[in-house]
Amino acid sequence: MSASLEIEEIHSYYGKSHILQGVSLTVEAGEVVTLLGRNGAGKTTTLRSISGLVSPTEGTVRLAGIDITGAQPHVIARRGLGLVLENRGIFGLLSVEENLKIAVRKGSPWTLNDVYLRFPRLKERRRNGGATLSGGEQQMLAIARALLNDPKLLMLDEPVEGLAPIIVEEIVEQISEIRASGIPILLVEQNLAVCNELADRHYIIELGRVVYHGTREEFSSNNDIKDRYLSVGA
Amino acid sequence: MIYLSQIVNGIGLGMLYFLLAVGLSIIFGLLHFVNFAHGAFYLLGAYLCYALLQHGIDFWWAITLAGLIVAAFAALVEAGLLRRIYRLDHMYHIVATIGLALMIQEFVIIVWGPVGASVSTPPALVGVVMLGNFIYPEYRIFVVGFTAVLALVLWWLLEGTRLGAIVRAGSESSDSISLLGYDIKRINTAVFALGAGLAALAGGLATPIRGLDPFMGVEALAIAFVVVVIGGMGSFTGALIAGLLVGIVQSLMATIWPEGASLAVYIAMVVVVLVMPRGLLGRA
Ligand SMILES: Nc1ncnc2c1ncn2[C@@H]1O[C@H](COP(=O)(O)OP(=O)(O)O)[C@@H](O)[C@H]1O
Ligand SMILES: [Mg+2]
Repeated sequence: MSASLEIEEIHSYYGKSHILQGVSLTVEAGEVVTLLGRNGAGKTTTLRSISGLVSPTEGTVRLAGIDITGAQPHVIARRGLGLVLENRGIFGLLSVEENLKIAVRKGSPWTLNDVYLRFPRLKERRRNGGATLSGGEQQMLAIARALLNDPKLLMLDEPVEGLAPIIVEEIVEQISEIRASGIPILLVEQNLAVCNELADRHYIIELGRVVYHGTREEFSSNNDIKDRYLSVGA
Repeated sequence: MIYLSQIVNGIGLGMLYFLLAVGLSIIFGLLHFVNFAHGAFYLLGAYLCYALLQHGIDFWWAITLAGLIVAAFAALVEAGLLRRIYRLDHMYHIVATIGLALMIQEFVIIVWGPVGASVSTPPALVGVVMLGNFIYPEYRIFVVGFTAVLALVLWWLLEGTRLGAIVRAGSESSDSISLLGYDIKRINTAVFALGAGLAALAGGLATPIRGLDPFMGVEALAIAFVVVVIGGMGSFTGALIAGLLVGIVQSLMATIWPEGASLAVYIAMVVVVLVMPRGLLGRA
């Protein structure tokens, strides 16, 4: 059985800047894996390179064993990769319900009702425009939308950034439930408490290279690593 | 009373302007692409309709086929050429599409000659209707009704269907829409073709009213831009209101002060832009 997601030595550029300089990581079935690192380390670029928004110049990306390196984003999405962007990518001109409806995939086990049960707040606001939602509601909508698209693997880019603690809890709760439903998750997050609560394994990336990899237990007992790469000393 | 009749005239003209401009507006809204070839699609639509009529095809088929042929042509041009320059500055869009427009115009001159022609009104609609004391051509009434139905269908397509929601979503973020599994390039091509096809249809519908000549595309382009600027880039309802406004202003001026008809349209545009820089219903 192949890993859910496996990336090997990928290199990516923005114009002439060599951003990813050989990143490798895997996400196994049922896992939550976090990708940590300082601002500008290359976390978002890694997710964009996996999803096809950026084409890696070298290396391979495999989703459930199938090589998807360099494929177009819509093709990769249809193969079952969900990505919630850092800016959430909500369509402000569409109502909440329209945002959800265009994401519904034929044959998806998730229905509009399922996500409304899971996120009652979205149901209350279903006629509102996407642009009128608060940050937390936008994040919920982005996650709900990704679920309706029937992902085999979900990637979240800083889902709780800038949200109030009570909303953070709610989102964390949702992420664990999604994992419990069997969807593996690759999570980019700066909030270490959140990472520790959710993740089975962690990777740390620095200047476009993976500099640390460890399980939750190894990571939580290793303060040296946190000081060195995350500038948080927590 | 003469004014009333001119207002009715203006509504007919305005609906044609709407049809002409709505494609330009949607293309700008979705693709952020400035299409100076839009008038040339209108020109090509008018001439294709004329050519089909010459071959004995009846008017309804002629305008439909002209619209479809131009839409197919526009799809090829978009996929083969224009999509490569979306990322570049608007200046490149303008240069490339002016070049395309000139090529289409030259093609029309080579095939059909530099002198214009006239198209007779379809036999079913040669009659007149009395509006109070005024004699009003049936064809113009038909144009108003037909474009109104078309406007409703288009509105439903954009606002009421899943397809329309996808197009509106794509105009906001092509990344987000492709992450949901939609091929943004195909959406772009389809929308471009739709806009061009509507312009061609407007060209075909206009021929019995204004005849045709190889330079009608230039005039149409100017009007379409005025309508889009007044209505607001990317706004469907804005294009409808502005199309009607421009049509009515032009028709009224034609009786009040004929020399100033075009001038009045541009003045209306300047006033709107000064008061509402994004147009009546434009968004940021
Ligand atoms: N669109 C872009 N064009 C050029 N450089 C970029 C672009 N996006 C990000 N970068 C650069 O790439 C590096 C990695 O960025 P990013 O992957 O966004 O980091 P992170 O998500 O870890 O904060 C940074 O140095 C950033 O300045
Ligand atoms: Mg980032």
